Amino acid sequence: MQRIVIDVLGDLGGAVIDGLGRLGRAALFFGRVLGVSHRVLRRFGQVTREMRASGVRSVLIIVVSGLFVGMVLAVQGHDVLQRFGASDSLGVLVALSLVRELGPVVTALLFAGRAGSAIAAEIGLMRATDQLSAMEMMAVDPVARIVGPRFYGAVFSMPLLAAMFSVLGVFGAWLIGVRLIGIDAGSFWSQMQATVDFRHDVLNGLLKSVVFGVAVGLIAVFEGFHAAPTAGGVSSATTRTVVISSLAVLFLDFVMTTWMFRG
Amino acid sequence: MSIDPDTLIDLDGVAFGHGRTLLFDGVDLRIKRGQVVAVIGSSGVGKTTLLRLIGGQITAKAGSVRVAGVSVGRLDRKGLYALRRRMGMLFQQGALFTDLSVFDNVAFPYRENTDLPESMIRTLVLLKLETVGLRGAASVMPSQLSGGMARRVALARAIALDPMLMMYDEPFTGLDPISLGMVGRLIRRINDAFGMTSIIVTHDLNESLLIADRVILLADRRVYADMTPAELRTATDPFVRQFVDGAFEGPVPFHQPAPPLAEDLFDRAAHRH
Ligand SMILES: Nc1ncnc2c1ncn2[C@@H]1O[C@H](COP(=O)(O)OP(=O)(O)O)[C@@H](O)[C@H]1O
Ligand SMILES: [Mg+2]
Repeated sequence: MQRIVIDVLGDLGGAVIDGLGRLGRAALFFGRVLGVSHRVLRRFGQVTREMRASGVRSVLIIVVSGLFVGMVLAVQGHDVLQRFGASDSLGVLVALSLVRELGPVVTALLFAGRAGSAIAAEIGLMRATDQLSAMEMMAVDPVARIVGPRFYGAVFSMPLLAAMFSVLGVFGAWLIGVRLIGIDAGSFWSQMQATVDFRHDVLNGLLKSVVFGVAVGLIAVFEGFHAAPTAGGVSSATTRTVVISSLAVLFLDFVMTTWMFRG
Repeated sequence: MSIDPDTLIDLDGVAFGHGRTLLFDGVDLRIKRGQVVAVIGSSGVGKTTLLRLIGGQITAKAGSVRVAGVSVGRLDRKGLYALRRRMGMLFQQGALFTDLSVFDNVAFPYRENTDLPESMIRTLVLLKLETVGLRGAASVMPSQLSGGMARRVALARAIALDPMLMMYDEPFTGLDPISLGMVGRLIRRINDAFGMTSIIVTHDLNESLLIADRVILLADRRVYADMTPAELRTATDPFVRQFVDGAFEGPVPFHQPAPPLAEDLFDRAAHRH
């Protein structure tokens, strides 16, 4: 029994040290990526190419998810609100939930699974097939040429996709609330308009999704770039990207929500 | 130490290892301009590592690596990249960029490293592809190429900026005999036509005896033998002979060190029960 406890503690300690080491290396890598920013952003065509690539990958799943999340919010919201005779506030409830929370968070989780994993796999495969080494030997820095555009592509795509998610969500809620249940369309929209604050709600929501873009983008390029040059290495890089990104998004969301919306 | 202007590569007492154990310890190697040098040795002896040392992708723990009189390990990033523009490397599987066409792969070094107009890049790319006989495949994607063709496209890309030094990492592996001979002759022809110097890491002793000026055998963490093809054919050293003849028995053991077989089979089994 004692031995099992010691073994478990030992493994745990090893994992913690391992994780801290990785975190340190990720921070250094983040510095390297930021260090080449001017070169990446000067050739903006490459960034938009990556935005298009990850945008196209994610747009369908974002649209469908946004629509369904909005419709579910409307059903659940209406069920609670009508008990207090506040059905007219459905628009506000849905809009705030989407803009502040669900838009940025769910978009980031979906993006990590769809585009983040693809970025990690692509870069990992380039590592495994010596494409990154070949680039270095051609006097081209792969961090500036491959990593940078993909990272900034994620950072810029995320708020756009999150906005799309929220818009589709509101549309879904309108379909259910106004068209199906029969809430007054005028109060649905006017209450939403009167209550949702641009700075407090919309800008904070956008800020969240930019931070999530940085986190998911960084994790994806880091895992891909440092993947072991084998089939197993690439597959574990994609898995790690999804798992670590999701945890990071939820943790960062908690931190930012407490900071932005408490009190 | 005087620097001979005819010497392009100069390794002096180089030591290197990934962990604590040394892969190289006291490697001395001098390569003259214009030569084609074949590097042979068992798998894992450090042939690729030697090329990476010369290309500055890794740094020697002791000793110096000089290319054209410049100490590679002392260069900053900018200096290293300037030197690499004058080196070409052909990777084991070609390492073509899978998302770019053959044309764009060869155009890549021009687009990234020069300010040439697109019309001139087009001319240069087509000329390089012509050199390797693949101008007709310009619009093809790398996934559609055979192994030998991919190797030749990668060669065209590696010589794009007319390097003074070409390094080949196992350029013959996985090629059929016809493509193999073709790539071999191409390497020699390009070396002589463009006044380059070439280092070929290979397992194919026959081909290297045909095209190389010198053959270097890596073993024992150092340059074990350094001979001309003629000297190699008549060498008497048993270790060298084993390489030349491809013999099963010799100083290079077939077995990894292990306890006696009977001990492994029966004693371990006994322990478990
Ligand atoms: N990045 C690395 N980290 C640790 N060990 C490595 C690394 N790269 C190569 N090695 C080890 O160094 C040795 C020499 O590798 P290499 O130069 O690729 O041999 P080869 O002669 O077959 O080309 C091998 O045992 C290999 O496992
Ligand atoms: Mg090798």
